[in-house]
Amino acid sequence: MSRNIWALLSSDFSHGSTSIFAPAGTPAHSIFSLSLLVLGITTAIFLIVAGLLLFAVIRYRHRASDANASQEPPQIYGSTQIELSWTVIPVLIVVLLFLATTRIILSTQNAPKPAAALDVTIVGHQYWWEFSYPKLGIVTANELHIPVSDPKHPTPTYLTMTSADTDHSFWVPRLAGKMDLIPNQINTMWLDPQTPGLYLGQCAQYCGIQHAKMLLRVYADSPADFAAWVARQQKPANNDATLDQQAVAGRAVFQHSVCISCHTVAGTVATGRFGPDLTHLASRDTIASGSLPNTPANLRAFIDNPAAFKPGALMPAMHLNQHDLDAVTAYLSTLK
Amino acid sequence: MNEAAVIPQTTPWVLPSRGVVGMACLIIAESAIFTIFVVAYLYYLGKDITGPTPRQVLDLPIFTSICLLSSSLSVHLAVSALHNAKRGLCSLWLAVTVLLGSIFLGGTAHEWYKLIVHDGLTLQTNLFGTTFYSLVGLHATHVLVGLIMLSLALIFSLNGSMTSKHTGRLEVLSLYWHFVDAVWVVVFTVVYVLGR
Amino acid sequence: MATHTSAPAPSTTYTPPRRLVLDVLHDWVTTVDHKKLGLMYIGYALIFLVIAGFQALLMRVQLSIPNNTFVSPQTFNSLFTMHGTTMVFFVGMPILFGFGNYLVPLMIGARDMAFPRLNAFSFWISAFGGFLLYFSYFGASGLYGAGNAPDVGWFAYAPLTARVFSPGHSTDYWTLAILLSGISSIGTALNIVATTLCMRCPGMKLSRMPLLVWLYLVTSSLVFVTISPLTAAQIMLMLDRYAGSHFFDTQAGGSAVLWMHFFWIFGHPEVYILVLPAFAFANEIIPVFSRKAIFGYPAMVAASVGIGFISLSVWAHHMFTVGLGPGANTFFVLATMVISVPTGIKLFNWLATLWGGKIHFTASMMFAIGFLFQFLIAGLTGIMLSVAPFDWQLGSSYFVVAHFHYVLVGAILFMIFSAFYYWYPKMSGRMLSERLGKWHFWIFLIGFHLTFDFMHVPGLLGMPRRIYTYEADRGWMIWNMIVSSGAVFQAAGTLLFVYNMVWSYFKGPIAGPDPWDAWTLEWSTPSPPPEYNFAVIPTVDSRRPLWDIKHPDDPDSRYE
Repeated sequence: MSRNIWALLSSDFSHGSTSIFAPAGTPAHSIFSLSLLVLGITTAIFLIVAGLLLFAVIRYRHRASDANASQEPPQIYGSTQIELSWTVIPVLIVVLLFLATTRIILSTQNAPKPAAALDVTIVGHQYWWEFSYPKLGIVTANELHIPVSDPKHPTPTYLTMTSADTDHSFWVPRLAGKMDLIPNQINTMWLDPQTPGLYLGQCAQYCGIQHAKMLLRVYADSPADFAAWVARQQKPANNDATLDQQAVAGRAVFQHSVCISCHTVAGTVATGRFGPDLTHLASRDTIASGSLPNTPANLRAFIDNPAAFKPGALMPAMHLNQHDLDAVTAYLSTLK
Repeated sequence: MNEAAVIPQTTPWVLPSRGVVGMACLIIAESAIFTIFVVAYLYYLGKDITGPTPRQVLDLPIFTSICLLSSSLSVHLAVSALHNAKRGLCSLWLAVTVLLGSIFLGGTAHEWYKLIVHDGLTLQTNLFGTTFYSLVGLHATHVLVGLIMLSLALIFSLNGSMTSKHTGRLEVLSLYWHFVDAVWVVVFTVVYVLGR
Repeated sequence: MATHTSAPAPSTTYTPPRRLVLDVLHDWVTTVDHKKLGLMYIGYALIFLVIAGFQALLMRVQLSIPNNTFVSPQTFNSLFTMHGTTMVFFVGMPILFGFGNYLVPLMIGARDMAFPRLNAFSFWISAFGGFLLYFSYFGASGLYGAGNAPDVGWFAYAPLTARVFSPGHSTDYWTLAILLSGISSIGTALNIVATTLCMRCPGMKLSRMPLLVWLYLVTSSLVFVTISPLTAAQIMLMLDRYAGSHFFDTQAGGSAVLWMHFFWIFGHPEVYILVLPAFAFANEIIPVFSRKAIFGYPAMVAASVGIGFISLSVWAHHMFTVGLGPGANTFFVLATMVISVPTGIKLFNWLATLWGGKIHFTASMMFAIGFLFQFLIAGLTGIMLSVAPFDWQLGSSYFVVAHFHYVLVGAILFMIFSAFYYWYPKMSGRMLSERLGKWHFWIFLIGFHLTFDFMHVPGLLGMPRRIYTYEADRGWMIWNMIVSSGAVFQAAGTLLFVYNMVWSYFKGPIAGPDPWDAWTLEWSTPSPPPEYNFAVIPTVDSRRPLWDIKHPDDPDSRYE
């Protein structure tokens, strides 16, 4: 049983999709190394002090069978030397830990920004993430694509973050520590994943009823994949010629409903800013901020009644009839 | 049962007065509340997006401040008078204190009238409005409570219920009043001097 | 010096007539006696403990499997808000002030607190606050209909608490209930300080006070400078919500971070307000059951005062991820690490008290020993969290939840249980069942460790706090199931404890004045003490007056 727990523990730690002990980027690596030092020191302290406590509790227990069981033990009121030593030693440990910690704080928060860094602006909303790439002219939501960074020629991604409503927090454990998104304040952090892949995370500051379903998906793409993604995202939405009849009907429904007051589809009349940008909705793996796979069935169900899946989400139920619902779903599925 | 030796009481066992200690504790707690409001005031100085700024609308309330700070002296004289069993004098000084305090409150009301009606500054206008009215208002509320208590003391002094053996209690009340005045020194400095 | 009033022989000839229930009730409702008020604080805190514990059980059921639908998101969010708020303000504070109320006058040889009517007022206003908080379940109207308890988290971050994000009145119930609790706490703290400074019996210089009294003095002093910032912040919040002010209104240039500063300037010292009384109990109980004087009394006093002061400077370690900048982060790392030095000193002094002693494993002592191990671990995970970069990963995750529950349950609650077993005989005149006490200890210990040891793991695996459910692909399920299973044991242990208290009141063995052969003044009165506490106010000349009487050949007064 205990072997199973340990096996479980170690495999979860090293392979868990959001384990802080499976770092894949420099900030997470620095924290991981520091954490090993801290864990080492605290474990040593634990073993020594708990060992002494255990010893005392066993060795000095009252045994009725003892010769002098009824006498009080010698009363010791204190000892200056002992008390001095257990003051000085902890102070030294504190100094050591403090210096090690300060080094990592400065190396992470004051890291100089290379010229090749990518800039992404993040705005937190109740309950979704708005990602925009100002120099690339891209606005997207919930799924963040960033280039893999080669340690020899670093191309980190610098995140500039704020919130449109309540406090949120951006946490992708395998890549870095978390940083809060606070309204009326700009915070910054940086990521530099060194292995391509998908890194998961979620909002880590209670922001309201659906805080639990404000998930994060960070796609670290190879340079070629990233360039291709950028190119696709920079295009406006699909034009008329390629849409089938149902999708065209769906677009008409979309553009005549209140959808456009919250959502943007680049190149059309939909310019709402309150909800996620849908220009390339069909290129995403998930909807509802990472919590539902992006399939036509899910999309349809979500549009029909978001509260059935995410009660408290700020998107109202659209109350479209079945025909319109099918059409809109078909239209949105063309927004690759 | 073997009784331990009783210590020969060469020095009398004297402990501080409960009233003074209690009031000191209350003053510490209230100071902490005021400190937070002062911190908020300082934090938001200069951060207004709109609306009147302190420099534009605040005048130095010199006269009312002198009144309030003098009332500390008058209440001290009231306590001395009571200690010396001079009830009439005590009533007089208490009345002076209440008068001076009331002038202060009246002055505050007058200032606020001008700010609200002529300058359009309310709690809702901007950050300055929010922090100004809450800080000065909190202080004014404390002045009001103090005036009520002092008026009660005045009544008790006039009708003979309060005598020299109650000096300790009047002194505790006067400590509260001195605190209110000390807070005003801080508020005056932060709002009317530093802030403008 | 007569410190032991000879109790009259149990009367066989005269039994006072049974009083009417209404008379008894009237007596309790109008009492200003510190002992009755103390018992009322403790009693009503226990009721809230059971309620808040039940709320925790519901949360653990919901979280045991991913994508569970046991409770709705709205209900879950109210549950963690109410659980935290109740436990801090209506369980922790009242129970600790209840013990303080009961014990401080007795331990310093006084007949009551300095301001008995203020004492009663403090109790009733706190009780009203608790009632108000729970009335929200019926009275508050929120976004989702009537009957909405607060759901903004116990620290109610702005601007989530603004009218626009929290419409209705649920947040207002939170604010008002805590405002009332704060007024109560300030009143009680004022009483404790005034009593301690002004009503000690002759001979009891400050350096001869029991350490419990010292710790309550430090705790109460902390209350004045701690609760007030929260009171101020809540006044500001109410002004924002109803008078249109902009203290935390980010749309008008206000700052969300300012609320955090004000809240945590309260919030961090608050946890020291909760833990210092637990230290107070340890300082009395561990020596008695080790049969040795506390090791290093002056250092204990200095460490306690030091902890009190330093605790006022560490608050922003709750804000390492907020973007304060490297300078501020570094300062708060240092301050937080520094506080571990006096805290460690206390732990080592307790170890040294045990060392060379003759340890009696009563139920009370077993809980105290549990406290020592668990407080050590809690302190160490605290050191981990003080390392800001590590906190950037672990903050706002289940690692933090595990850490603070380790302190609140593993250290504080264990010490409260220990205090119950130790002082129940004095308060009721009867002993609690040692057998049931040991069952309580072992069952609760197993539950505590199942829940809170394993709770660290989801935090390390990336699970944030305050989520009503989680994805199945994160690998958190097995750990959550283990955590939830421990809750059942803790519930069972607590129920056993309540049963023990009720049963023992009627059937427990008579305790007598001094069942533990202890050394401080409360053990010189009958159990329970008469309303006036001492027939003759005692005079003392050492830290352990009863030790001096029992060991006239080797009195403590020789060693001071």
